[in-house]
Amino acid sequence: MTPLLEVRHLVKHFVRKQGLFRPPSVVKAVDDVSFTIGEGEMFGLVGESGSGKSTTGRCILRLIEPTAGEVVFRGENVLQFSTERMRLARRDLQIVFQDPYSSLNPRMRVGDIVEEPLVIHKLGTRSERRARVAELFQLVGLEPSFIARYPHEFSGGQRQRIGIARALALNPALVIADEAVSALDVSIQAQVVALLLDLKERLKLTYLFIAHDLRLVEHICTRVAVMYMGKIVELGETSALFARPTHPYTKALLSAIPVLDPDAPRQRIELDPASFEREAPLREIGAEHWAAV
Amino acid sequence: MAPFDSADGNPRGSAQGKPLLDVQHLSVTFGGPSPAVDDVSFQMAAGETLGLVGESGSGKSVTAFSILRLLQPPGRITGGSVIFQGRDLLTLPESEMREVRGAGISLIFQEPMTALNPVMRVGDQIGEALLVHGKATRAEARSRAVELLDAVKIPDAARRVRDYPHQLSGGMRQRVMIAIALACRPPLIIADEPTTALDVTIQAQVLELLRELKARYNLALLLITHDFGVIAEMADRVAVMFKGKLVEHGPVRDILRHPSHEYTRTLLAAVPGAGGRTR
Repeated sequence: MTPLLEVRHLVKHFVRKQGLFRPPSVVKAVDDVSFTIGEGEMFGLVGESGSGKSTTGRCILRLIEPTAGEVVFRGENVLQFSTERMRLARRDLQIVFQDPYSSLNPRMRVGDIVEEPLVIHKLGTRSERRARVAELFQLVGLEPSFIARYPHEFSGGQRQRIGIARALALNPALVIADEAVSALDVSIQAQVVALLLDLKERLKLTYLFIAHDLRLVEHICTRVAVMYMGKIVELGETSALFARPTHPYTKALLSAIPVLDPDAPRQRIELDPASFEREAPLREIGAEHWAAV
Repeated sequence: MAPFDSADGNPRGSAQGKPLLDVQHLSVTFGGPSPAVDDVSFQMAAGETLGLVGESGSGKSVTAFSILRLLQPPGRITGGSVIFQGRDLLTLPESEMREVRGAGISLIFQEPMTALNPVMRVGDQIGEALLVHGKATRAEARSRAVELLDAVKIPDAARRVRDYPHQLSGGMRQRVMIAIALACRPPLIIADEPTTALDVTIQAQVLELLRELKARYNLALLLITHDFGVIAEMADRVAVMFKGKLVEHGPVRDILRHPSHEYTRTLLAAVPGAGGRTR
């Protein structure tokens, strides 16, 4: 596996002032997170609300400036890039957001939305850009004749395809999908996931797939990292991690997933915070399988 | 041929006594070219859980709101009947309908933050349900609120009744919603995507709570959801809605193992990892 992205000891603390005479409180949203994503991989980052998974994604793109750590993309630490160099790097690092209703500007035509990254990066002539937009529409399964329409004329699934087309406009190497299908109905979700997988093969994409839906992650990701309160508590190949969850939080999380079989025995495992050491480092517990126990 | 218990998929038990809820040929329009709910019929026995499944716009929430006559214009019931405990709710005077809401059938919404009043203490919101229905004096309402918070397993209930909704987590707020729904001891609760906004570990706790309360109070539960996993965990029977129509209806095991309608098969196949995962 050739590493495409290496995240090393990433830290993001949010400091909140509590008034003149009280010390500020510090939220450790991302607390010493490290992982590596290989070229062409579908890497899943899962956790519940507030676990720090989205903050991690945003720190990689420097949409949020990390407090400390390194984000090494193709051998270079992007956290040390100048503004200009970072702008160039963003061609390779793109993101698809969760909410297809708020992530598209309602006053822009969808063709202009998809073209905008090309305009910002001053790529091509106007007619070349328009041809590229038509190509992108076809790529994500939308009629190129839709380009003059506005976002409100599209369904949630179609909007998410527009968001994907925009992310792909600059030919990125890494796409961060931040809960990219969470807001969609299950049958539409299946179509958009199929599209993401198809694009991965055709365009040789690498994904960081951030999600709370463990069933989906188990289904599509090659490796998974489980986040809990700002830390990765378990990381491994999907099949190993789901077959032999080792960290108490992973066990509790997996046992909470509803199973489609009404007769399956239910063994809910409650998380006992006293059962593990929060500061424990990740330790190899099997082939390609680490847990903070 | 799926082994249905009876021709219409209803359990044998309901044939003996009268069903608790009997929805017949319900139709609802929003003025569009096709009806939002199209000739929907189903029955529920006391104490049973019926899962109503479908995707956005399939008409499942509109069906629930129609049962309680809470449709907002231009939504309008164009036909059918909703017999609850022997009375047709669709012809009841509004004053009697108000009595049914809360005391006969209560509703739990998806989003506990918008469904609760942000400037009212949660204890008062629970008590309000009792006061409105004349079921308690002020002092009684206050102590009942504590009991109900205790019943939905909120720790330190006596202190929590004085909290405002923003002081509670999402899971706790949904527990408060359930306490309000339980306040007047209705025989039927309609829960519209009660756990969709919650994290999976919190969802598991809320579902567990609903199961316990159902058993304790012999509650019937109309559970509206898009998640077949939740259905498998909770429901006795399932009704699948698609474009306003009830396309399939039967015991949960039959529907999950031998879905007969194309749309049900599509929905089940779309659940990630369907069939692959056992525990």
